[in-house]
Amino acid sequence: MAVLATRVTSRSTLAVLERALTLYRRLWRTSVLSSFVLPVMFLVSIGVGVGGHVGQVGGTDYLSWIVPGVLASTAFQMAVGECTYPVLGDFKWVRAYHAMRATPVEPGDMVCGWLLYILIRVEISVAVFLVITASFGTLHSPLALLTPLVCALVALAVAAPTMAFAASVDQDSYFALLFRFVLIPSTLFGGVFFPVDRLPALIRPLAWLSPLWHGAELNRAATLGTAPPWPVAAHAGYLLVFAGAGIAWAFHAFRKRLQD
Amino acid sequence: MSEQPLIRARGLVKRFGDFTAVDGIDIDVAPGEAFGFLGPNGAGKSSTMRMIGCVSLPTAGELRILGMDPAREGAAIRGRLGVCPQLDNLDPDLNVRENLTTYARYFGISRPEARRRARELLEFVQLADRAGSKVEPLSGGMKRRLTIARAMVNDPDIVLLDEPTTGLDPQARHLLWERLFQLKRRGTTLVLTTHYMDEAEQLCDRLVVMDGGRIVAQGSPRSLIAAHSTPEVVELRFGDERPAGLAGKLAGIGERVDPLPDRVLVYAADGDAATAEVHRRGLTPSSVLVRRSTLEDVFLHLTGRTLVD
Repeated sequence: MAVLATRVTSRSTLAVLERALTLYRRLWRTSVLSSFVLPVMFLVSIGVGVGGHVGQVGGTDYLSWIVPGVLASTAFQMAVGECTYPVLGDFKWVRAYHAMRATPVEPGDMVCGWLLYILIRVEISVAVFLVITASFGTLHSPLALLTPLVCALVALAVAAPTMAFAASVDQDSYFALLFRFVLIPSTLFGGVFFPVDRLPALIRPLAWLSPLWHGAELNRAATLGTAPPWPVAAHAGYLLVFAGAGIAWAFHAFRKRLQD
Repeated sequence: MSEQPLIRARGLVKRFGDFTAVDGIDIDVAPGEAFGFLGPNGAGKSSTMRMIGCVSLPTAGELRILGMDPAREGAAIRGRLGVCPQLDNLDPDLNVRENLTTYARYFGISRPEARRRARELLEFVQLADRAGSKVEPLSGGMKRRLTIARAMVNDPDIVLLDEPTTGLDPQARHLLWERLFQLKRRGTTLVLTTHYMDEAEQLCDRLVVMDGGRIVAQGSPRSLIAAHSTPEVVELRFGDERPAGLAGKLAGIGERVDPLPDRVLVYAADGDAATAEVHRRGLTPSSVLVRRSTLEDVFLHLTGRTLVD
């Protein structure tokens, strides 16, 4: 039935981004504050507090070890958060996507415009986070400058399928399942707070499935100047494939919801 | 019709599974025309509008809008349409002006031009003094006017209005009709759906009456009334008596007698003469109303049902 192929034009995509940024202008102060406060609380409580008991992980002090993981997890959580309620809301309550649908804007533009917005939001948080953690002396390699790129990949890999999911459901209660069975387990077992090889061998592959683990390992390699467990191309390739599949799913879900 | 129609449909069909919403309709809308779809809920008006708006693809039949095919050139067509949907979808977190400027950007209109048009259109829909206010506190009529301004932001060739005044109070409806009438005078082509006969009579040059997905009659409001009704209608109420039982006693008065659950309608060229005949037969209605025929009567005659129940 997909007679109307999803086309994406930069003009329409940027118009969708512009709307998102116009809305963001109203709440950026509080949002920057929370993207500053949350990681600091994490680092102080777990990095300094728990780290005092843990000592070292693989020859690195615990705080330095979790910083890159928390960084990836910040991108991960923001991508999920901004693609659940806001996206469902623009279908169900605001009906902003229906308004766009009456214009030359195509479903693909809506997806890409919102993804660009997510990237901007994530990069702001990442920048704030890097400045703070650098002042704690936890970045040990100039390669840390590559972490914003890694976080962008993590954000895309997570945001696109989450958008598709939000476009496919009719009730926000489904998000509770997403948070409980995907978001929280990923954060707890995705190599953010302890190495994945501490997990039982049977469960380890589950952690490998999560984009967060690949992002955390790439970030860790960058901030510590070490080699990641898999080749860099494998980690990055996994994230790219995940993002690509997610975007294709989101295109399909948006088109399906907006056209009969 | 000398000019090429802006909208042309032949045998247009829309099916959802087993349900046929639009069942083979033909339409031609000429430039500058105000064209209406009149019918009760579920008649297929909104499904037809969604196909014209290029957000729903026809199941069968031919549809051309501005000479283009919605299946292949949907985005190009939508770029030249203005749409005022039945459900408001304004951005509640943007202010009144931003709702227009943001929407203008979807059409690729430059920022300065978008601001200029927003100013002009807010003036037109009498919301200039609310430009900086939030959308939420606006009344239903104001929101609908803002939606109409938004539909005009790309200077469209055709404006689609789906039930434009449903849910508005009478004063807000009249203000809206007046604005739409101004649009019509500027030569904008209007296509609207409504289940209000007075709206159709006020705004439409030509309309089609839809029922069950089909067109059951078409023409100007006046010609429809001339063809399917009498100039006048007498509404008789008989207190507690069942109207159905009275039909026999009223037979032969006027051209047609139609007993409804709560009243009897007598269709006649001369309402006063018909009323006199009712009294001459010794009947004593508790109330008598002689009025001109409306599209409601046309619809009742064509389908045996009232428009708004």
